[in-house]
Amino acid sequence: MSKPSKTIPVLTIIAIIIAIWYICVVWMNAPFVYDQAERAKVEPPAFSELVSITMSQERPVLPAPHQVAQELWKTTGAMALKGRPFSKRSLIYHTWITLSATLLGFLIGTALGIALAVGIVHNRAMDKSVMPWVITSQTIPILAIAPMIIVVLNAAGISGLLPKALISTYLSFFPVVVGMVKGLRSPDAAQLDLMHTYNASTAQTFWKLRWPSSMPYLFTSLKIAVAISLVGAIVGEMPTGAVAGLGARLLAGSYYGQTIQIWSALFMAATLAAVLVMLVGWAHSYVLRRMGEKPEGVAA
Amino acid sequence: MTVVSASNLSLTFETNDGPVHALKDVSLDVQKGDFVSFIGPSGCGKTTFLRVIADLEKPTGGSISVNGMTPEQARQARAYGYVFQAASLLPWRTIEKNIGVPLEIMGLSKADQRKRIDDVLSLVDLANFGKKYPWQLSGGMQQRASIARALAFDADLLLMDEPFGALDEIVRDHLNEQLLKLWDATNKTICFVTHSIPEAVYLSTKIVVMSPRPGQIYDVIDSTLPRERPLDIRESQEFLDIAARVRDGLKAGHSYDE
Repeated sequence: MSKPSKTIPVLTIIAIIIAIWYICVVWMNAPFVYDQAERAKVEPPAFSELVSITMSQERPVLPAPHQVAQELWKTTGAMALKGRPFSKRSLIYHTWITLSATLLGFLIGTALGIALAVGIVHNRAMDKSVMPWVITSQTIPILAIAPMIIVVLNAAGISGLLPKALISTYLSFFPVVVGMVKGLRSPDAAQLDLMHTYNASTAQTFWKLRWPSSMPYLFTSLKIAVAISLVGAIVGEMPTGAVAGLGARLLAGSYYGQTIQIWSALFMAATLAAVLVMLVGWAHSYVLRRMGEKPEGVAA
Repeated sequence: MTVVSASNLSLTFETNDGPVHALKDVSLDVQKGDFVSFIGPSGCGKTTFLRVIADLEKPTGGSISVNGMTPEQARQARAYGYVFQAASLLPWRTIEKNIGVPLEIMGLSKADQRKRIDDVLSLVDLANFGKKYPWQLSGGMQQRASIARALAFDADLLLMDEPFGALDEIVRDHLNEQLLKLWDATNKTICFVTHSIPEAVYLSTKIVVMSPRPGQIYDVIDSTLPRERPLDIRESQEFLDIAARVRDGLKAGHSYDE
Protein backbone atom coordinates (compact mmCIF):
# COMPACT_ATOMS: atom_id res chain seq x y z
CA MET A 1 0.00 0.00 0.00
CA SER A 2 1.44 3.37 -0.95
CA LYS A 3 1.23 6.27 1.43
CA PRO A 4 -1.23 9.01 0.44
CA SER A 5 0.57 12.09 -0.88
CA LYS A 6 1.21 14.79 1.71
CA THR A 7 1.81 17.54 -0.86
CA ILE A 8 -1.78 18.73 -1.28
CA PRO A 9 -2.64 19.06 2.43
CA VAL A 10 0.66 20.81 3.13
CA LEU A 11 0.21 23.28 0.25
CA THR A 12 -3.38 23.94 1.35
CA ILE A 13 -2.24 24.83 4.86
CA ILE A 14 0.49 27.12 3.50
CA ALA A 15 -2.03 28.86 1.21
CA ILE A 16 -4.39 29.41 4.15
CA ILE A 17 -1.59 30.84 6.30
CA ILE A 18 -0.54 33.23 3.52
CA ALA A 19 -4.13 34.35 3.01
CA ILE A 20 -4.57 35.06 6.72
CA TRP A 21 -1.24 36.87 6.69
CA TYR A 22 -2.35 39.19 3.85
CA ILE A 23 -5.59 39.96 5.71
CA CYS A 24 -3.56 40.82 8.81
CA VAL A 25 -1.26 43.03 6.73
CA VAL A 26 -4.19 45.22 5.67
CA TRP A 27 -5.71 45.22 9.13
CA MET A 28 -2.49 46.05 11.01
CA ASN A 29 -1.02 48.59 8.57
CA ALA A 30 -4.25 50.50 7.90
CA PRO A 31 -4.16 52.69 11.08
CA PHE A 32 -0.88 54.24 9.90
CA VAL A 33 -2.44 55.09 6.53
CA TYR A 34 -5.46 56.68 8.21
CA ASP A 35 -3.20 58.66 10.59
CA GLN A 36 -1.22 60.03 7.69
CA ALA A 37 -4.34 61.03 5.82
CA GLU A 38 -5.66 62.77 8.93
CA ARG A 39 -2.40 64.62 9.46
CA ALA A 40 -2.31 65.68 5.80
CA LYS A 41 -5.97 66.66 6.16
CA VAL A 42 -7.05 64.69 3.12
CA GLU A 43 -9.76 62.11 2.65
CA PRO A 44 -8.63 58.61 3.66
CA PRO A 45 -8.07 56.43 0.60
CA ALA A 46 -10.75 54.09 -0.73
CA PHE A 47 -10.49 50.44 0.26
CA SER A 48 -8.86 49.18 -2.94
CA GLU A 49 -6.24 51.89 -2.71
CA LEU A 50 -5.79 51.25 1.00
CA VAL A 51 -4.99 47.61 0.31
CA SER A 52 -2.26 48.45 -2.18
CA ILE A 53 -0.75 51.09 0.15
CA THR A 54 -0.64 48.76 3.16
CA MET A 55 1.31 46.25 1.13
CA SER A 56 4.02 48.54 -0.08
CA GLN A 57 5.00 50.56 3.01
CA GLU A 58 8.68 50.97 3.71
CA ARG A 59 8.42 50.24 7.43
CA PRO A 60 5.15 48.41 7.89
CA VAL A 61 3.98 47.09 11.24
CA LEU A 62 3.57 43.78 9.48
CA PRO A 63 5.30 43.36 6.13
CA ALA A 64 3.45 41.49 3.40
CA PRO A 65 4.76 38.06 2.40
CA HIS A 66 5.90 39.29 -1.01
CA GLN A 67 7.87 42.13 0.62
CA VAL A 68 9.69 39.63 2.83
CA ALA A 69 10.27 37.38 -0.18
CA GLN A 70 11.67 40.30 -2.20
CA GLU A 71 13.98 41.30 0.66
CA LEU A 72 15.13 37.69 1.04
CA TRP A 73 15.89 37.45 -2.68
CA LYS A 74 17.58 40.85 -2.75
CA THR A 75 19.95 39.87 0.09
CA THR A 76 20.67 36.32 -1.02
CA GLY A 77 20.09 35.18 -4.61
CA ALA A 78 20.46 38.60 -6.22
CA MET A 79 23.74 39.22 -4.39
CA ALA A 80 25.04 35.83 -5.39
CA LEU A 81 24.19 36.62 -9.03
CA LYS A 82 26.18 39.82 -8.69
CA GLY A 83 29.11 37.70 -7.51
CA ARG A 84 29.09 39.01 -3.95
CA PRO A 85 27.37 36.27 -1.96
CA PHE A 86 29.56 36.87 1.10
CA SER A 87 29.37 40.66 1.16
CA LYS A 88 28.55 42.04 4.61
CA ARG A 89 25.18 43.23 3.30
CA SER A 90 24.28 39.73 2.22
CA LEU A 91 22.05 37.52 4.35
CA ILE A 92 24.11 34.55 3.20
CA TYR A 93 27.10 36.02 5.02
CA HIS A 94 25.13 36.58 8.22
CA THR A 95 23.57 33.13 7.99
CA TRP A 96 26.99 31.57 7.63
CA ILE A 97 28.26 33.43 10.71
CA THR A 98 25.34 32.08 12.74
CA LEU A 99 25.54 28.62 11.20
CA SER A 100 29.23 28.20 12.05
CA ALA A 101 28.60 29.07 15.70
CA THR A 102 25.54 26.80 15.72
CA LEU A 103 27.44 23.81 14.33
CA LEU A 104 30.46 24.25 16.58
CA GLY A 105 28.21 24.62 19.63
CA PHE A 106 26.14 21.63 18.55
CA LEU A 107 29.23 19.44 18.18
CA ILE A 108 30.66 20.45 21.56
CA GLY A 109 27.22 20.10 23.17
CA THR A 110 26.70 16.64 21.71
CA ALA A 111 30.13 15.46 22.83
CA LEU A 112 29.62 16.92 26.30
CA GLY A 113 26.11 15.46 26.56
CA ILE A 114 27.25 11.98 25.56
CA ALA A 115 30.25 12.14 27.92
CA LEU A 116 28.04 13.16 30.85
CA ALA A 117 25.47 10.47 30.02
CA VAL A 118 28.17 7.78 29.89
CA GLY A 119 29.42 8.96 33.28
CA ILE A 120 25.94 9.05 34.78
CA VAL A 121 25.11 5.54 33.56
CA HIS A 122 28.38 3.98 34.73
CA ASN A 123 29.17 5.86 37.91
CA ARG A 124 26.88 5.83 40.91
CA ALA A 125 28.27 9.03 42.38
CA MET A 126 27.77 10.89 39.09
CA ASP A 127 24.28 9.44 38.77
CA LYS A 128 23.35 10.96 42.12
CA SER A 129 25.20 14.26 41.77
CA VAL A 130 25.30 15.41 38.15
CA MET A 131 21.68 15.20 37.02
CA PRO A 132 20.32 17.85 39.43
CA TRP A 133 22.98 20.29 38.20
CA VAL A 134 22.18 19.52 34.59
CA ILE A 135 18.52 20.30 35.22
CA THR A 136 19.35 23.41 37.26
CA SER A 137 21.51 24.71 34.42
CA GLN A 138 18.45 24.82 32.19
CA THR A 139 16.30 26.75 34.66
CA ILE A 140 18.54 29.81 34.27
CA PRO A 141 17.23 31.92 31.37
CA ILE A 142 19.73 31.83 28.52
CA LEU A 143 19.14 35.57 27.94
CA ALA A 144 20.52 36.22 31.40
CA ILE A 145 23.58 34.03 31.15
CA ALA A 146 24.57 34.73 27.52
CA PRO A 147 26.00 38.23 28.06
CA MET A 148 27.97 36.97 31.07
CA ILE A 149 29.55 34.17 29.06
CA ILE A 150 30.52 36.65 26.34
CA VAL A 151 31.93 39.18 28.80
CA VAL A 152 33.81 36.66 30.93
CA LEU A 153 35.35 34.93 27.92
CA ASN A 154 36.24 38.28 26.37
CA ALA A 155 38.06 39.21 29.56
CA ALA A 156 39.92 35.93 29.27
CA GLY A 157 40.93 36.91 25.76
CA ILE A 158 38.55 34.56 23.97
CA SER A 159 36.28 36.22 21.43
CA GLY A 160 34.71 35.54 18.08
CA LEU A 161 33.21 32.17 17.28
CA LEU A 162 33.84 30.24 20.49
CA PRO A 163 31.85 32.29 23.04
CA LYS A 164 28.74 32.14 20.81
CA ALA A 165 29.28 28.43 20.24
CA LEU A 166 29.50 27.89 23.98
CA ILE A 167 26.08 29.45 24.44
CA SER A 168 24.77 26.96 21.88
CA THR A 169 26.56 24.24 23.82
CA TYR A 170 24.94 25.38 27.05
CA LEU A 171 21.53 24.75 25.51
CA SER A 172 22.21 21.76 23.32
CA PHE A 173 24.00 19.43 25.73
CA PHE A 174 20.84 19.12 27.83
CA PRO A 175 18.57 17.08 25.53
CA VAL A 176 21.58 14.92 24.65
CA VAL A 177 22.30 14.09 28.32
CA VAL A 178 18.66 13.30 29.07
CA GLY A 179 18.13 11.26 25.89
CA MET A 180 21.40 9.36 26.15
CA VAL A 181 20.96 8.46 29.83
CA LYS A 182 17.65 6.91 28.85
CA GLY A 183 19.10 5.36 25.70
CA LEU A 184 22.14 3.83 27.38
CA ARG A 185 19.81 2.35 29.99
CA SER A 186 17.35 1.03 27.42
CA PRO A 187 18.72 -2.55 27.10
CA ASP A 188 16.43 -4.86 29.06
CA ALA A 189 17.46 -6.98 32.02
CA ALA A 190 17.76 -10.17 29.96
CA GLN A 191 20.16 -8.53 27.49
CA LEU A 192 22.33 -7.21 30.33
CA ASP A 193 22.19 -10.61 32.06
CA LEU A 194 23.34 -12.26 28.83
CA MET A 195 26.36 -9.95 28.69
CA HIS A 196 27.05 -10.88 32.31
CA THR A 197 26.92 -14.60 31.50
CA TYR A 198 29.48 -14.02 28.71
CA ASN A 199 31.67 -12.36 31.33
CA ALA A 200 31.75 -9.23 29.14
CA SER A 201 33.71 -6.22 30.38
CA THR A 202 31.98 -2.88 30.97
CA ALA A 203 33.52 -1.57 27.76
CA GLN A 204 32.31 -4.60 25.77
CA THR A 205 28.81 -4.24 27.17
CA PHE A 206 28.92 -0.56 26.27
CA TRP A 207 30.02 -0.95 22.66
CA LYS A 208 28.07 -4.10 21.82
CA LEU A 209 24.86 -3.39 23.70
CA ARG A 210 24.37 0.02 25.31
CA TRP A 211 25.70 2.24 22.51
CA PRO A 212 23.77 0.64 19.63
CA SER A 213 20.62 0.47 21.79
CA SER A 214 20.84 4.20 22.40
CA MET A 215 20.95 5.27 18.73
CA PRO A 216 17.22 6.07 18.34
CA TYR A 217 17.38 8.11 21.56
CA LEU A 218 20.53 9.91 20.42
CA PHE A 219 19.05 11.09 17.13
CA THR A 220 15.79 12.20 18.70
CA SER A 221 17.85 14.30 21.13
CA LEU A 222 20.06 15.61 18.33
CA LYS A 223 17.04 16.96 16.46
CA ILE A 224 16.11 19.06 19.48
CA ALA A 225 19.75 19.93 20.19
CA VAL A 226 20.48 21.27 16.70
CA ALA A 227 17.40 23.49 16.74
CA ILE A 228 18.18 25.01 20.14
CA SER A 229 21.84 25.36 19.15
CA LEU A 230 20.61 27.78 16.52
CA VAL A 231 18.58 29.66 19.13
CA GLY A 232 21.67 29.80 21.33
CA ALA A 233 23.83 31.19 18.52
CA ILE A 234 21.26 33.88 17.69
CA VAL A 235 20.88 34.86 21.33
CA GLY A 236 24.67 34.87 21.64
CA GLU A 237 24.94 37.40 18.80
CA MET A 238 22.74 39.95 20.48
CA PRO A 239 25.04 41.13 23.31
CA THR A 240 28.15 41.07 21.09
CA GLY A 241 27.35 44.52 19.81
CA ALA A 242 25.39 43.31 16.83
CA VAL A 243 28.19 43.04 14.31
CA ALA A 244 27.31 40.03 12.24
CA GLY A 245 24.98 37.07 12.18
CA LEU A 246 21.23 36.58 12.09
CA GLY A 247 20.95 37.77 15.69
CA ALA A 248 22.73 40.98 14.73
CA ARG A 249 20.36 41.47 11.79
CA LEU A 250 17.39 41.03 14.11
CA LEU A 251 18.80 43.51 16.59
CA ALA A 252 19.82 46.09 13.95
CA GLY A 253 16.43 45.71 12.31
CA SER A 254 14.65 46.46 15.54
CA TYR A 255 16.90 49.48 16.29
CA TYR A 256 16.00 51.10 12.98
CA GLY A 257 12.43 49.89 12.64
CA GLN A 258 13.37 47.78 9.63
CA THR A 259 10.55 45.30 10.03
CA ILE A 260 11.11 43.79 6.60
CA GLN A 261 14.72 43.08 7.53
CA ILE A 262 13.63 41.51 10.83
CA TRP A 263 11.12 39.27 9.13
CA SER A 264 13.52 38.14 6.46
CA ALA A 265 16.13 37.31 9.12
CA LEU A 266 13.42 35.42 11.01
CA PHE A 267 12.50 33.46 7.90
CA MET A 268 16.13 32.72 7.23
CA ALA A 269 16.55 31.43 10.81
CA ALA A 270 13.43 29.29 10.50
CA THR A 271 14.57 27.86 7.17
CA LEU A 272 18.00 27.16 8.59
CA ALA A 273 16.45 25.37 11.60
CA ALA A 274 14.23 23.31 9.32
CA VAL A 275 17.17 22.32 7.12
CA LEU A 276 19.33 21.38 10.12
CA VAL A 277 16.58 19.28 11.71
CA MET A 278 15.95 17.63 8.36
CA LEU A 279 19.64 16.76 7.95
CA VAL A 280 19.69 15.16 11.40
CA GLY A 281 16.50 13.31 10.45
CA TRP A 282 18.19 11.95 7.32
CA ALA A 283 21.22 10.88 9.31
CA HIS A 284 18.82 9.18 11.73
CA SER A 285 17.07 7.11 9.10
CA TYR A 286 20.35 6.36 7.35
CA VAL A 287 21.92 5.00 10.54
CA LEU A 288 18.83 2.99 11.49
CA ARG A 289 18.69 1.51 7.99
CA ARG A 290 22.34 0.54 8.26
CA MET A 291 21.45 -1.10 11.57
CA GLY A 292 18.91 -3.31 9.81
CA GLU A 293 15.83 -1.62 11.18
CA LYS A 294 12.54 -3.18 10.18
CA PRO A 295 11.06 -1.05 7.37
CA GLU A 296 7.76 0.61 8.16
CA GLY A 297 4.62 -1.27 7.26
CA VAL A 298 6.30 -4.68 6.92
CA ALA A 299 4.77 -7.52 8.90
CA ALA A 300 7.27 -9.90 10.44
CA MET B 1 30.63 -36.70 36.91
CA THR B 2 28.68 -34.10 38.84
CA VAL B 3 28.16 -30.87 36.93
CA VAL B 4 26.02 -28.96 39.41
CA SER B 5 26.07 -29.78 43.09
CA ALA B 6 23.95 -27.81 45.55
CA SER B 7 23.63 -28.54 49.24
CA ASN B 8 21.31 -26.74 51.65
CA LEU B 9 21.24 -23.83 49.25
CA SER B 10 19.17 -20.86 50.44
CA LEU B 11 18.44 -17.47 49.00
CA THR B 12 16.45 -14.87 50.89
CA PHE B 13 15.50 -11.54 49.33
CA GLU B 14 15.07 -8.73 51.83
CA THR B 15 12.04 -6.71 50.75
CA ASN B 16 9.98 -3.97 52.36
CA ASP B 17 7.36 -6.57 53.25
CA GLY B 18 9.94 -8.67 55.07
CA PRO B 19 12.17 -11.48 53.88
CA VAL B 20 11.14 -13.62 50.90
CA HIS B 21 12.55 -17.13 50.93
CA ALA B 22 13.09 -17.73 47.23
CA LEU B 23 15.11 -20.89 47.97
CA LYS B 24 15.34 -22.84 51.22
CA ASP B 25 17.61 -25.82 51.86
CA VAL B 26 17.77 -26.94 48.26
CA SER B 27 20.09 -29.93 47.75
CA LEU B 28 20.51 -31.40 44.29
CA ASP B 29 23.13 -33.04 42.13
CA VAL B 30 23.03 -32.81 38.35
CA GLN B 31 25.17 -35.40 36.56
CA LYS B 32 26.93 -34.88 33.26
CA GLY B 33 24.59 -35.58 30.33
CA ASP B 34 21.44 -35.20 32.45
CA PHE B 35 18.40 -33.37 31.14
CA VAL B 36 16.91 -31.91 34.31
CA SER B 37 13.58 -30.09 34.30
CA PHE B 38 12.49 -27.80 37.09
CA ILE B 39 8.74 -27.51 37.39
CA GLY B 40 6.54 -25.73 39.88
CA PRO B 41 4.16 -22.80 40.33
CA SER B 42 5.48 -19.24 40.18
CA GLY B 43 7.45 -18.31 43.26
CA CYS B 44 8.82 -21.82 43.78
CA GLY B 45 12.35 -20.65 43.04
CA LYS B 46 12.98 -22.65 39.87
CA THR B 47 14.20 -19.63 37.92
CA THR B 48 16.11 -18.37 40.97
CA PHE B 49 17.91 -21.71 41.22
CA LEU B 50 18.93 -21.45 37.56
CA ARG B 51 20.11 -17.89 38.11
CA VAL B 52 22.20 -18.98 41.09
CA ILE B 53 23.90 -21.61 38.93
CA ALA B 54 24.58 -18.86 36.37
CA ASP B 55 25.96 -16.44 38.99
CA LEU B 56 23.17 -13.99 38.22
CA GLU B 57 22.04 -14.23 41.87
CA LYS B 58 24.15 -14.80 44.95
CA PRO B 59 22.91 -17.42 47.44
CA THR B 60 22.56 -16.35 51.08
CA GLY B 61 23.18 -19.78 52.55
CA GLY B 62 24.44 -23.27 51.76
CA SER B 63 26.90 -24.12 49.03
CA ILE B 64 26.84 -24.72 45.29
CA SER B 65 29.48 -25.76 42.81
CA VAL B 66 29.39 -25.75 39.02
CA ASN B 67 31.96 -28.00 37.32
CA GLY B 68 33.66 -28.14 40.70
CA MET B 69 34.06 -24.36 40.82
CA THR B 70 32.08 -21.54 42.38
CA PRO B 71 29.36 -20.17 40.06
CA GLU B 72 31.44 -17.02 39.58
CA GLN B 73 34.51 -18.96 38.48
CA ALA B 74 32.33 -21.11 36.25
CA ARG B 75 30.84 -18.02 34.64
CA GLN B 76 34.29 -16.53 34.08
CA ALA B 77 35.33 -19.83 32.53
CA ARG B 78 32.24 -19.62 30.29
CA ALA B 79 31.06 -22.97 31.58
CA TYR B 80 27.44 -22.57 30.53
CA GLY B 81 25.13 -21.06 27.92
CA TYR B 82 21.94 -19.35 29.08
CA VAL B 83 18.67 -19.15 27.16
CA PHE B 84 15.95 -16.78 28.34
CA GLN B 85 12.21 -16.91 27.73
CA ALA B 86 12.57 -14.01 25.30
CA ALA B 87 15.05 -14.65 22.51
CA SER B 88 16.78 -11.34 23.39
CA LEU B 89 18.46 -11.06 20.00
CA LEU B 90 20.01 -7.71 19.22
CA PRO B 91 17.73 -6.19 16.56
CA TRP B 92 20.57 -4.37 14.78
CA ARG B 93 22.55 -7.54 14.16
CA THR B 94 21.82 -10.30 11.70
CA ILE B 95 21.28 -13.78 13.10
CA GLU B 96 24.88 -14.82 12.50
CA LYS B 97 26.18 -11.58 13.97
CA ASN B 98 23.97 -12.20 17.01
CA ILE B 99 25.46 -15.64 17.46
CA GLY B 100 28.84 -13.96 17.09
CA VAL B 101 28.32 -11.67 20.11
CA PRO B 102 29.64 -14.10 22.77
CA LEU B 103 32.38 -15.24 20.39
CA GLU B 104 33.54 -11.64 19.81
CA ILE B 105 33.52 -11.01 23.54
CA MET B 106 35.62 -14.11 24.10
CA GLY B 107 38.07 -12.84 21.50
CA LEU B 108 37.93 -15.76 19.06
CA SER B 109 39.55 -15.40 15.66
CA LYS B 110 37.33 -14.46 12.71
CA ALA B 111 37.80 -17.85 11.08
CA ASP B 112 36.97 -19.69 14.29
CA GLN B 113 33.86 -17.51 14.76
CA ARG B 114 32.75 -18.22 11.20
CA LYS B 115 33.11 -21.98 11.65
CA ARG B 116 31.27 -22.07 14.97
CA ILE B 117 28.44 -19.88 13.65
CA ASP B 118 27.96 -22.16 10.64
CA ASP B 119 28.06 -25.25 12.86
CA VAL B 120 25.44 -24.09 15.35
CA LEU B 121 23.21 -22.61 12.64
CA SER B 122 22.92 -25.98 10.96
CA LEU B 123 22.50 -27.63 14.37
CA VAL B 124 19.30 -25.61 14.92
CA ASP B 125 18.22 -25.83 11.26
CA LEU B 126 18.74 -22.17 10.46
CA ALA B 127 21.58 -22.59 7.98
CA ASN B 128 19.92 -20.36 5.37
CA PHE B 129 18.88 -17.62 7.78
CA GLY B 130 22.25 -16.33 8.99
CA LYS B 131 22.00 -13.11 6.99
CA LYS B 132 18.46 -12.31 8.12
CA TYR B 133 17.60 -9.81 10.82
CA PRO B 134 15.66 -11.05 13.87
CA TRP B 135 12.43 -9.30 12.80
CA GLN B 136 12.45 -11.33 9.60
CA LEU B 137 12.15 -14.58 11.60
CA SER B 138 9.18 -16.14 13.38
CA GLY B 139 9.16 -16.39 17.18
CA GLY B 140 10.15 -20.06 17.09
CA MET B 141 13.04 -19.39 14.72
CA GLN B 142 14.23 -16.52 16.90
CA GLN B 143 14.27 -18.80 19.91
CA ARG B 144 16.24 -21.40 17.92
CA ALA B 145 18.72 -18.67 17.03
CA SER B 146 19.09 -17.80 20.71
CA ILE B 147 19.73 -21.47 21.50
CA ALA B 148 22.35 -21.50 18.74
CA ARG B 149 23.95 -18.46 20.38
CA ALA B 150 24.09 -20.28 23.72
CA LEU B 151 25.64 -23.33 22.03
CA ALA B 152 28.18 -21.40 19.96
CA PHE B 153 30.97 -21.25 22.54
CA ASP B 154 30.69 -24.92 23.29
CA ALA B 155 29.85 -24.83 26.98
CA ASP B 156 28.93 -28.27 28.31
CA LEU B 157 26.07 -26.94 30.40
CA LEU B 158 22.95 -25.35 28.93
CA LEU B 159 20.65 -23.40 31.26
CA MET B 160 17.20 -22.75 29.78
CA ASP B 161 14.62 -20.58 31.52
CA GLU B 162 11.20 -21.33 30.00
CA PRO B 163 12.67 -21.00 26.51
CA PHE B 164 9.47 -22.08 24.76
CA GLY B 165 7.02 -20.48 27.21
CA ALA B 166 5.92 -17.76 24.82
CA LEU B 167 5.42 -20.02 21.80
CA ASP B 168 2.30 -21.79 20.62
CA GLU B 169 1.71 -25.51 21.19
CA ILE B 170 2.61 -26.71 17.68
CA VAL B 171 5.86 -24.78 17.49
CA ARG B 172 6.66 -25.86 21.02
CA ASP B 173 6.20 -29.58 20.18
CA HIS B 174 8.48 -29.18 17.21
CA LEU B 175 11.15 -27.38 19.21
CA ASN B 176 10.95 -29.94 22.04
CA GLU B 177 11.62 -32.70 19.54
CA GLN B 178 14.52 -30.74 18.05
CA LEU B 179 15.95 -29.96 21.47
CA LEU B 180 15.98 -33.65 22.39
CA LYS B 181 17.83 -34.48 19.18
CA LEU B 182 20.29 -31.71 19.85
CA TRP B 183 20.85 -32.91 23.40
CA ASP B 184 21.39 -36.43 22.13
CA ALA B 185 23.82 -35.28 19.45
CA THR B 186 25.89 -32.94 21.61
CA ASN B 187 25.75 -34.78 24.92
CA LYS B 188 25.28 -31.53 26.83
CA THR B 189 23.92 -31.25 30.33
CA ILE B 190 20.68 -29.27 30.28
CA CYS B 191 18.82 -27.57 33.13
CA PHE B 192 15.40 -26.59 31.89
CA VAL B 193 12.77 -24.51 33.69
CA THR B 194 9.17 -24.99 32.59
CA HIS B 195 5.53 -24.57 33.58
CA SER B 196 4.34 -27.44 31.42
CA ILE B 197 4.01 -30.98 32.77
CA PRO B 198 4.03 -32.72 29.33
CA GLU B 199 7.09 -30.70 28.31
CA ALA B 200 8.95 -31.64 31.50
CA VAL B 201 8.09 -35.34 31.23
CA TYR B 202 8.81 -35.54 27.51
CA LEU B 203 12.22 -33.90 27.72
CA SER B 204 13.76 -34.94 31.00
CA THR B 205 15.87 -37.69 32.45
CA LYS B 206 15.20 -36.11 35.83
CA ILE B 207 12.23 -33.98 36.90
CA VAL B 208 12.56 -31.70 39.91
CA VAL B 209 9.16 -30.73 41.34
CA MET B 210 9.33 -27.57 43.42
CA SER B 211 6.91 -25.88 45.80
CA PRO B 212 6.68 -22.22 46.81
CA ARG B 213 6.90 -20.21 50.05
CA PRO B 214 9.59 -21.07 50.83
CA GLY B 215 10.94 -22.29 47.49
CA GLN B 216 12.10 -25.86 47.96
CA ILE B 217 12.32 -29.22 46.24
CA TYR B 218 9.24 -31.38 46.81
CA ASP B 219 10.08 -34.40 44.68
CA VAL B 220 12.80 -35.60 42.31
CA ILE B 221 11.64 -38.08 39.69
CA ASP B 222 14.09 -40.12 37.64
CA SER B 223 12.43 -40.75 34.31
CA THR B 224 12.15 -44.34 33.14
CA LEU B 225 11.44 -43.31 29.56
CA PRO B 226 14.03 -44.40 26.97
CA ARG B 227 16.52 -41.88 25.58
CA GLU B 228 14.94 -42.18 22.15
CA ARG B 229 11.55 -40.41 22.37
CA PRO B 230 9.20 -39.97 19.44
CA LEU B 231 6.42 -37.42 20.05
CA ASP B 232 3.77 -40.13 20.38
CA ILE B 233 5.52 -41.51 23.46
CA ARG B 234 3.30 -39.00 25.19
CA GLU B 235 0.34 -41.35 24.78
CA SER B 236 2.14 -44.27 26.43
CA GLN B 237 1.07 -45.47 29.90
CA GLU B 238 4.60 -44.96 31.24
CA PHE B 239 4.55 -41.31 30.19
CA LEU B 240 1.12 -40.76 31.74
CA ASP B 241 2.24 -42.38 34.99
CA ILE B 242 5.20 -40.06 35.32
CA ALA B 243 3.01 -37.07 34.42
CA ALA B 244 0.52 -38.13 37.12
CA ARG B 245 3.29 -38.27 39.71
CA VAL B 246 4.45 -34.78 38.71
CA ARG B 247 0.88 -33.49 38.91
CA ASP B 248 0.38 -35.04 42.36
CA GLY B 249 3.61 -33.44 43.52
CA LEU B 250 2.53 -30.03 42.26
CA LYS B 251 -0.86 -30.38 43.94
CA ALA B 252 0.58 -31.51 47.27
CA GLY B 253 3.26 -28.83 47.30
CA HIS B 254 0.97 -25.98 46.47
CA SER B 255 -2.00 -24.84 48.46
CA TYR B 256 -4.51 -23.27 46.08
CA ASP B 257 -6.50 -21.78 48.96
CA GLU B 258 -4.08 -18.92 49.40
